[in-house]
Amino acid sequence: MKRADIVFSAILAAVFLSGLGLTEVMKNEYYFNAMYVVLQATIMAVAWNILGGFTGYVNFGSAGFFAIGAYTSIVLDKAFGLPLPFLILGGATVCGALGLGVGYLTLRLKGVYFAIATLAMAIVFETFINNWSYVGGARGVYLLTPEKHLWFDSYIQMLFVLMLALALACIAVSRFLNSSRLGRGLAAIRDDEVAAECAGVPTLRLKLISATVMGAMMGIAGAPYPFFVTFVDPLSAFSLFVAVNSIAMPMIGGTAHWLGPVIGALLVGTAQEIITVNVSSELNVLLVGIMLVVFITLAPQGIVGLAQ
Amino acid sequence: MDLFSNAIVAGILLGAFYAAVAVGLAITFGQLDIVNIAHPAFVIAGSYCTWIINTRLGLDPVLIGVLLTPIFFVVGAGIYRIYYAAFERTGQESLSGLAFFFGMMFIIEVVLILVYGVDYRLVSAGYIGGTIEFGYVGIPFRMLVPCVVAAAVTVGVWLYLSRTFTGRAILAVAQDRLALQLMGADPVRIKQFAFGLAIATTAIAGSLLIIIGPVEPSVGRVYIGRAFAIVVLGGMGSIPGMIVAALILGVVETLVGTFMGPSWAPAVAFGVLLLTLAIRPTGLFGRQ
Repeated sequence: MKRADIVFSAILAAVFLSGLGLTEVMKNEYYFNAMYVVLQATIMAVAWNILGGFTGYVNFGSAGFFAIGAYTSIVLDKAFGLPLPFLILGGATVCGALGLGVGYLTLRLKGVYFAIATLAMAIVFETFINNWSYVGGARGVYLLTPEKHLWFDSYIQMLFVLMLALALACIAVSRFLNSSRLGRGLAAIRDDEVAAECAGVPTLRLKLISATVMGAMMGIAGAPYPFFVTFVDPLSAFSLFVAVNSIAMPMIGGTAHWLGPVIGALLVGTAQEIITVNVSSELNVLLVGIMLVVFITLAPQGIVGLAQ
Repeated sequence: MDLFSNAIVAGILLGAFYAAVAVGLAITFGQLDIVNIAHPAFVIAGSYCTWIINTRLGLDPVLIGVLLTPIFFVVGAGIYRIYYAAFERTGQESLSGLAFFFGMMFIIEVVLILVYGVDYRLVSAGYIGGTIEFGYVGIPFRMLVPCVVAAAVTVGVWLYLSRTFTGRAILAVAQDRLALQLMGADPVRIKQFAFGLAIATTAIAGSLLIIIGPVEPSVGRVYIGRAFAIVVLGGMGSIPGMIVAALILGVVETLVGTFMGPSWAPAVAFGVLLLTLAIRPTGLFGRQ
């Protein structure tokens, strides 16, 4: 292991342990709720950036992946009553397979066509869920929060720690993809796909890997969501807000570096929570849109780019 | 059979209206290569402007739509200036530009929600409730009027593009910028004009949309799929192709809505779009 890797692992461990510590010290449930939302956004941003930032294929259908992850866990819970880790695994598998399919789409569709196709895909899925009565259809579905929550004081604390672990794992994967040989291949595809292919980069395989990882991560972010909100309907699960957030956060943070989406998500996510509580939730939605437009127009490299 | 012929007629009327929604996008996306994903949001903005003026002053919705076009034109031209300065000049138009319009769509929708809420809004005009009967086919005026106006707008834009100097310059800028420059026309000004024109059509499309039925801010999202499906299926910027594609989509959507239930209708447009993109990205009438 290189020095940087050791430092990175140490930071991850420290963050995780302080998260665990928080559950002992902090008693106000709201903070765990807020941090859960920020962590969920972090996973989505990191996942989007793997295909969008590293590989250069913009995915407008993030909300679709997120919702499929959530609905996979609803179905598995309803049909088999599996425990949460299996639901997350299920969400990751289904969305990973979906990501693989999207990866094959890149064979035919480049640039904006790919982006529009992913948006279309999300809405087609939304229509299917709307018409699928087993998972509640358009009316939505209620879930009961399980009684058991390990040794934690409450269920939300356990969800928070779980989400923290998942987010850190996703960040580690993203960092690995960014700095490894594979990441350089992805960057080559982003800069010039034809040239990369000619130089011997296995473009299709790399794109498939990148799209699958993206899908799986978004499924992971979505799978615990039903237990967090206890009521899921297609409108909230396929919310455009999820899609905009997962694009805006990496763009604001900087898409070329693995740290970009993390910074963007922590910054924007925290700001959103503060504004939701203190001002209004609609205004916070507006804020993301404006920040996205301003950052793309004035600082296309994002915060990481500005810092460099 | 009754149901079927009614659905076909309703589909054609609806398709003509879709053509008016998509014609602006056929210019921006098809000709100028600007992926204006916020196009349907401008249509909704047009609907809301129509609603406000209609409830305050009681003017006819179609008239309001026509009166709004200069304002929308100026707004569109202004947006193109920003787009040009920020993205096109630096050569990052495709993906950053896409995200720019995505954010813009979001801003329009949220501002409308913030100011007017998520209630459905509708306009009043003398003809909206009426129907004419042809045998067993009934044609409501709230569909017929938009259909006629939409046809006029679409054909008008088509004639303008194919007959006038500026119109031909718009078609030329898509094909060969340099040649256009050598002919003494400024490509940026032509594109600015074309973008303004495209946004101006959304004012009329918006006024038609709110005649057809009540509108609320998030309605625009469904129209992303419809508008893009029509433009892509019609062969990217070919106006006659787009008209045919709009009619096909209108009829298929109405048939699906009639026989499978209205909640399936949104999937039609996006399904058509996905299939076209995956199987024949050049559309029905596309040039390779």
